[in-house]
Amino acid sequence: MDAFLQSHLLWLTLTLAVYAGASWIFSRLHLGLLHPLLVSTAVMIGLLKLTGVSYATYAESTDMISFMLGPAVVSLGYVLYEQIDHIRRNVTSILVSTFAGSVVGVVSVIAILRITGADSAVIASIAPKSVTTPIAIQLSEQSGGIASLTSMAVVICGIFGAIAAPYVFRIFRISSPVAKGLAFGSSAHGVGTAAAVKMGAVEGAISGLAIGVMGVMTALALPLVAVVMRYLEL
Amino acid sequence: MIAKALIILVFYLMGEGISLLIGRFIPGSVIGMLLLFGALSAKIVKPENVDTIAKALIANMVIFFLPPAVGIMNSLDVISRNIFGIVLASTLSTMLVIATVGLIQQKIGVRTFRKRKDR
Repeated sequence: MDAFLQSHLLWLTLTLAVYAGASWIFSRLHLGLLHPLLVSTAVMIGLLKLTGVSYATYAESTDMISFMLGPAVVSLGYVLYEQIDHIRRNVTSILVSTFAGSVVGVVSVIAILRITGADSAVIASIAPKSVTTPIAIQLSEQSGGIASLTSMAVVICGIFGAIAAPYVFRIFRISSPVAKGLAFGSSAHGVGTAAAVKMGAVEGAISGLAIGVMGVMTALALPLVAVVMRYLEL
Repeated sequence: MIAKALIILVFYLMGEGISLLIGRFIPGSVIGMLLLFGALSAKIVKPENVDTIAKALIANMVIFFLPPAVGIMNSLDVISRNIFGIVLASTLSTMLVIATVGLIQQKIGVRTFRKRKDR
């Protein structure tokens, strides 16, 4: 029994089954809170706790799934190429708006967490939250953050951004596909991009581009905000 | 299919190599993405050499985040101690980022590609 519970095949199968089930429910109900990633994560954690199987075993079992994230990100280069005209015409605006977004993101996290009384390690962990996990963890560790808190915040932002973006677009009358895609990718990285792809080809491609640009911009914004804060003695 | 997968993997590998050289500042997959984009633009790689596999990978991207997301279970205690701040800061700040990026891009970007049925 124990060997069965520890087997890679079991957890790989369960992961696909749970995700397929969650996606099916989502496609039927269209309820933002039931985002397949959110539901599947909760169900898988429940199953692992219930069976007493460790995350290390689970991570090993599902290695081939998480590995695919790399090739998927590389593939965004193809989608990007399909939209080359949009990118060429918007280089400056893409750089300006993404940089503004990264500054607003970092400053707002620091402000909100200071008000709620979080300590500096928590602030450093959550400041790079809008960026794709590998970059976010790098940036968090550089400024004294906790990697697991960072990955948690990144996942929350990804799911929340993917769900909330269409509403924010409606409130602020954002209708340009390039603007939508850029907002998806720079606020909710890969999870937002998956949602942007469903909205349209331009949105998806620009969102993929925004993941990379936002990573670089946030890496620049973090030290910049720190310097300004020191100067203003905040 | 094998040849298409090979092209994607080669670009991923090159991206990882460059990422290592620059001290892992930008992940290899993101560099690989830019390299593939460059190779397609320079017509070194033809779009039909990668199209089907690239589309399939992107269409199913969300599930690739599932195993790392489950990793949250290892730090439930740190998270539960800070859950209020994490959720509040993440959600509010995310909406601000969406609005900032979307509005500025819409304001100063080129508008010619706006879909007609959008209004």
